Amino acid sequence: MVPGENALLRKRDRSAIMTDVSALEVRGLTKRFDRPAVDALDLTVRAGEFYALLGPNGAGKTTTLRMVAGLLRPDAGSVLISGIDALADPVAAKQVMAWVSDEPMIYDKLTPLEYLEFVAGLWGIDPAVSQPSAHELLVSLGLGPHLHERCEGFSKGMRQKVALAGALVHDPRLIILDEPLTGLDALSARHVKGLLGDRVRAGCTVIMTTHILEVAERMADRIGVIAAGRLVAEGTLAELRVQNGRTDTSLEDMFIALVDAGAVAA
Amino acid sequence: MSASAALSWFARHEVRLAWREWLAMMTGGRAKRKRAIIGLVIFAAIMHLPAWAVIGRFADLQPPLDKPTLIVITATIFLAWALMLSQAIESVTRVFYARADLDLIMSSPAPLTNVFSVRIAAIALSVTGMALLLSTPFVDVLVIGGGVRWLSAFGVVIAIGLSAAAVAIAITVMLFRLIGPARTRLVAQILAAIIGAGFVIALQVAAIFSYGTLSRFTVLTSDAASAYAPGPDSPLWWPARAAVGDGEVLALLIAFSLVLLGGVMAIFSSKFADTVAHVSATSMTPRRAPRASAFRGGSRQQALRAKELLLLRRDPWLVSQSLMQLLYLVPPALMLWRSFSDSSTAIVLITPVIVMAAGQLAGGLAWLTISGEDAADLVATAPLPPQRVVRAKIEVVLLVIGIIFAPLIAALAFASVPQAAITAIGVIVATTSAAAIQLWFRVQARRSQFRRRQTSSRLATFAEAFCSIGWAATAALAVSIPIAAVISGAITAAILAATWKISPRRA
Repeated sequence: MVPGENALLRKRDRSAIMTDVSALEVRGLTKRFDRPAVDALDLTVRAGEFYALLGPNGAGKTTTLRMVAGLLRPDAGSVLISGIDALADPVAAKQVMAWVSDEPMIYDKLTPLEYLEFVAGLWGIDPAVSQPSAHELLVSLGLGPHLHERCEGFSKGMRQKVALAGALVHDPRLIILDEPLTGLDALSARHVKGLLGDRVRAGCTVIMTTHILEVAERMADRIGVIAAGRLVAEGTLAELRVQNGRTDTSLEDMFIALVDAGAVAA
Repeated sequence: MSASAALSWFARHEVRLAWREWLAMMTGGRAKRKRAIIGLVIFAAIMHLPAWAVIGRFADLQPPLDKPTLIVITATIFLAWALMLSQAIESVTRVFYARADLDLIMSSPAPLTNVFSVRIAAIALSVTGMALLLSTPFVDVLVIGGGVRWLSAFGVVIAIGLSAAAVAIAITVMLFRLIGPARTRLVAQILAAIIGAGFVIALQVAAIFSYGTLSRFTVLTSDAASAYAPGPDSPLWWPARAAVGDGEVLALLIAFSLVLLGGVMAIFSSKFADTVAHVSATSMTPRRAPRASAFRGGSRQQALRAKELLLLRRDPWLVSQSLMQLLYLVPPALMLWRSFSDSSTAIVLITPVIVMAAGQLAGGLAWLTISGEDAADLVATAPLPPQRVVRAKIEVVLLVIGIIFAPLIAALAFASVPQAAITAIGVIVATTSAAAIQLWFRVQARRSQFRRRQTSSRLATFAEAFCSIGWAATAALAVSIPIAAVISGAITAAILAATWKISPRRA
């Protein structure tokens, strides 16, 4: 059985782990390119929460998360990660955080184990801890037979799994994933979801963007919908239904309605 | 669409691709086409000045030519041919390994033999076209100074371009058959580097052993070379005779080249498809790395340095790219060795060669470590300040340069301690300058884009080249005329400062 598979459906069991401490607190986050990409965005994600950020292409999801991860400098606003001011002390904030992009960026000439050794070294993890952890992570993601093969021949799904294992090897408190399931087959996607579920059960916070609404519906404790750089709705699935006054509707219908309304408002 | 129409459509497609690739290479993918062409015309016009300085005095040459002249012209043409061959081997290797449209072509209903015939012809045309472009200022100078008979030199360029492409295709396909697709890429690229530099270096080595000088012309114009050379009617002199206006020989040369290319197309077109299919199958075969015993501890910078060194070690393509620069170190190394047995003053020449090679090599390494970061997001989200990341990467460049050049400098110290000290300082300064320029102009890219690094910023490329030359000259002058070294060093430092002033990082 895939680790954590059953746990995915037991969101209510996790409510005990979630605390009132914010894993992420974003206030007035703003970024302009030729037009506003993120527009005075406020966002709070509690520790131990699985938060899905949804939105159409170009809504500002990736830009928001890249600013949180320290890959883009915001024009205005503040970012607190586990109480650490990420703009004032980025090194401390990065120590507790991991970022996985939709395009797995790994080194073709390294093996998965070597890649994880490098990541663990960058985060200053004791090899006595990181080596068994790396091995276990890669095996749990189905990469056991490929531990000593260079990544250059890997499929996109395998590369994505290596990147994900790299994000988890330093045991972050906050994991930010931008479309992590893109390009994964059904089994790989289940492996990844299982692993993320396990992490959340252990108290880790996960923020994930996805276009697969079924994943958000099944896995997320709360869902945020972003359109034109602004958060247009937020809450549990049930809360979103109440907010929209459509108790029997699917997330997909709600999403389309919210995005349309957001686009009109913009 | 009929077969012939499809073929001509594909030929047009190839020409368009070649043109756009060339334009992107010339402009770095930014400038407008009109501006690129205007820039190119201006550049070509300016190139007439050095061409005049180099070749102007030969415009009056009249047939029949004496033996030393025949030898020098033939050697020059052979050098050009070797360089074209090197370029053509690169192009053919790229067709096998790097063209994104191969899957589309292979899965299309077009006859593959015809399609690859067109591709072979396109390679030949692009190699010849580039050679014509580069040779135009030189031939122009000869035509202006010596008359229209020199126009036949263009014919020689076409003939050697076509024959170089034909030989390159034959070499690459045969390499593939002999050693397989996994090794062909590396061997072909190393071969291209050796062929490109080998002829000049061989002449220099011969000159060092025979005359104690780095000048290759000393060998070519020597009595010994004339004594061993065949008579004036030998086919060996046909390219030289054709270049000075012998129309009959020129026609023969072009006909021979066309026959050679046609033969290669006929023999190898059908094998191209098999080769491409084998290459794509090989690229999917996993390569196992030696099992690491245990994760290593250490600081975060150590992790970065270890990663960079491992990637450099595992990149045979980079090795072949760097080989060209290191090959030029062979003659000075030999000269150094020879100078232990006599008191040749030519040993002074070693210093600029070493300094220049270090600067050039450092530029490439600095691009790979600073700009060519395949996991840029990972490094950017790691908990260490960007300055420390950059420092660790520059340390890798310095370390590699140190490993390569320290033995040469140590050997030089046995001949002359002051010269060794000056050379060491020159190497450090040239390396630091090259790394600084790469830092100021860094653009995030994948390591596989190394070949295009020079097109991403023309300014950085020129600045890097000028600084390498400048520091090499300064080091040479410091050994021989110290006061002149101060002026040369100041000029080079000014170039570096100006480069920093206009760099995007400063802005």
